[in-house]
Amino acid sequence: MNLPLHAQIINLCAALLLLLAFAMLTQRRIRSLINLFSAQGLVLVISTLTVAYATHQTHLYYSALLTLVLKVMLLPWIMHRLIRKLNVRWDVESVLNIPATLLIGIVLVIFAFNLAAPISQFSDTIAKSTLGIATACIFLAFLMMITRRKAISQVIGFLAMENGLFFAATSATYGMPMVVELGIALDVLVGTLIFGVFFFHIREKFESLDIHHLEKLKER
Amino acid sequence: MMMDVSLPQPVETVVTLAVVWIGLGVAGLAFVRAPRFITHFIFPCGALVALLLAITGLGAIGAPPSVAILPAGLPDLPFHVRVDALSGFFLMLLGGVAFGTSLFSTGYFRGMAPAALALLSLQYHVFLASMTVVLIADDAYLFMVAWEAMALASYFLVTTEHHEEQNRKAGFIYLVVAHIGALGILLCFGVLQGGRGDYTFDALRQAGLGDNWASLAFLLAFLGFGAKAGMLPLHVWLPEAHPAAPSPVSALMSGVMLKTAIYGLVRVVYDLIGNIRWEWGLLVLLVGSATALFGILFALAENDLKRLLAYSSVENIGIVLTGIGLSMVFIGSGQPVAGALGLIAALYHALNHAVYKGLLFLGAGAILKSTTLWNLNQMGGLIRYMPKTAVVFLVGVLAISALPPLNGFVSEWLTFQVSLQASQLSSSVVRSLVPIAAALLALTGALTGMCFVKVYGIAFLGQPRLSLAEAPREAGGWELAGMVWLTIGCVLLGIFPVFVIGELNAVCLSLIGSGLSAEALASGWLWLVPTAGTQASYSPLIFLLAIMVVFGVTFLGVRRLYRGRLRRAAPWDCGFPEQTLRMQDSADAFGQPIRQIFAPLYRIRRQVPRPDDAAPVFRQTVEDWHWYVLYRPIARLTTYLSDQVGKLQQGRISVYLLYSFVTLIALLVFVK
Repeated sequence: MNLPLHAQIINLCAALLLLLAFAMLTQRRIRSLINLFSAQGLVLVISTLTVAYATHQTHLYYSALLTLVLKVMLLPWIMHRLIRKLNVRWDVESVLNIPATLLIGIVLVIFAFNLAAPISQFSDTIAKSTLGIATACIFLAFLMMITRRKAISQVIGFLAMENGLFFAATSATYGMPMVVELGIALDVLVGTLIFGVFFFHIREKFESLDIHHLEKLKER
Repeated sequence: MMMDVSLPQPVETVVTLAVVWIGLGVAGLAFVRAPRFITHFIFPCGALVALLLAITGLGAIGAPPSVAILPAGLPDLPFHVRVDALSGFFLMLLGGVAFGTSLFSTGYFRGMAPAALALLSLQYHVFLASMTVVLIADDAYLFMVAWEAMALASYFLVTTEHHEEQNRKAGFIYLVVAHIGALGILLCFGVLQGGRGDYTFDALRQAGLGDNWASLAFLLAFLGFGAKAGMLPLHVWLPEAHPAAPSPVSALMSGVMLKTAIYGLVRVVYDLIGNIRWEWGLLVLLVGSATALFGILFALAENDLKRLLAYSSVENIGIVLTGIGLSMVFIGSGQPVAGALGLIAALYHALNHAVYKGLLFLGAGAILKSTTLWNLNQMGGLIRYMPKTAVVFLVGVLAISALPPLNGFVSEWLTFQVSLQASQLSSSVVRSLVPIAAALLALTGALTGMCFVKVYGIAFLGQPRLSLAEAPREAGGWELAGMVWLTIGCVLLGIFPVFVIGELNAVCLSLIGSGLSAEALASGWLWLVPTAGTQASYSPLIFLLAIMVVFGVTFLGVRRLYRGRLRRAAPWDCGFPEQTLRMQDSADAFGQPIRQIFAPLYRIRRQVPRPDDAAPVFRQTVEDWHWYVLYRPIARLTTYLSDQVGKLQQGRISVYLLYSFVTLIALLVFVK
């Protein structure tokens, strides 16, 4: 293994991302979940900066800045405020227990690598080997959304999925065009705000944030 | 040369008239705040347009086909229109009946809520215009567009009184059957086109299909147009939709819209497919006979006047289909002259039915408006309150019962004459089936007579069975004008059949290339001779004179013999002094023998009171078993399937997420 330093940093970041994704999958405390999400954002910023520095893609600096402001600071701050106001700390036991969830997660990671292998061969970016990890992050975030029962942890799962997509974009194609990225950032921000409003409404209606109460919303 | 310039082609006139109709409808919408303008101006104008259309249609029967390409439609897919003899005949039918219904509507819709009236006027005129376009369309594309516009416009007309749930339900049933039919027609055009060429009727004519494909196209057309016409077992929408619609609309739907389906069937089978096979004709014949018998049996069991008329329309469509079926059998067996006679009989009956059923529905509307009654069991004695309506209604009733010298007789007699040609057929099976169909037709005719004796006797004769808050009033001048117009039609079509036959012969010549025999045509205006003078002939005028002479002689004789020997006294009460008006014969009672004889064909539910019941009530409902045998299972299957699909809707967000997750993984595995 004689990779240049920036490639090693990117690979390290990718490994950390995957680790954090697994950690989020197992974490039951919502406060820690938000911190993990914030940490994932930070790792993303570092890897984006490395790619930007190594390839001299100036627009990636802006992306990194945007990620830093939005995902490391603003969104976690909003969510911390939310859970303080809503007074939710714990997610209840989900459909699957943690070991089973982890096993499924491992299967998904293998599948993601299997999926990404042929695509990475065509990519000539410096971060091509990380595409599999990015895909795995998306799957794991999705899995988290499925297994959680509190609305807020589902939103975190949704945002983590966006992290995975962003990482996939930087690693495979040096990031999306700036316009698209700005659009997505705005969407995520507005989405979180709207979710926040909805949380209040859901709690007002059902006296709880447990989405299990929404099961009544069907025809029969 | 100057004549050519001054006289527009029929097709141009027809298109203009259709556009004027649509313009009138839109104008009605613009004048929503002036309901008097709509009733006093727009409907009479619509009537005038109808009259012009009838005249144009009549003129187009003898003229060579005129074609045009409209500057409308999609790019590269312009609308083709064409007026030939067949279109001309049906345009005449449409214009003639619409003239009557529009005159009637002028009076009938007065006093309606302004917004509803404006919408009704729009839909009514769009309905008329779309039927016109159906009749002149010369490509499958325009045909389907107009066909669907017709279905939608009539759907909105059926649900005019949408505040009542029953009417919405009726409209829904109508819409479903209409779309099953439209689907059949669409597929038929697809088969005819066969993946090559375009969808103009000219291209479809030259498709040259193989036997199997041609049969498939025929079956699809038969299903599609049969659904619209009210053929068994797709007739169920008629008795629901006709009572729900306002009466002039029922008159139009029953009188004209069902005939557009007949037009479509004739156009597709005779003109586009060509090469008719006798097996197809046999199918049409059998279905037609069954439809006729079934329709009249249910009409006899019915006590709602408009439902009864709707079932009677089913019966008449059956007779028309019988005529078409006979014609197809003969043409397919290489007997084009008898085939032409069958087609003439069918088209003549379509025209006659349009006229007298229009008249009867308008009469039912007049009764409904002045008494608010729709149930025959509650009517009675109306002849004293509405004498003029009673007279025109009587003419309609006599015409539909096929009594000479009125028009219903001529076409049914012609249909019998066609079936008497069965000896020309080579296949012995068919030769024996045709007389059976004729016998069924005879039975149907007799039952029709009974049915309308019931209608007229119960509604107009006797004493009122229900004391109304205010005495019924005679129909207004406009309403009477509309009914009298159709009455005149009934009489003229009955008295002068030879002229109609002449026009229809021109239609046949242009459509199938053969017409009646020379001997039949040479018979002169007085005698109607379908095949040869030695076989059968009929002169309605002489018949009418004979009736009048017999009537006059009897009248004078009775007057002379019984002069001064009249005495008026109360009739014998059978020793039972307490007689109430409710003890008169009722509509249900009148149909009882038939219900008894044909009991297996009905689905009757009786509620018989116990002997010790202090206030005994006898209840009986007659239902159409098609609902139970055919439609309920389909509905149940649909509900079951949608329930199964509905299970996907769990209500749990995790499960929904799982769906998208599994889909994503599956797609990734699939595309990898």
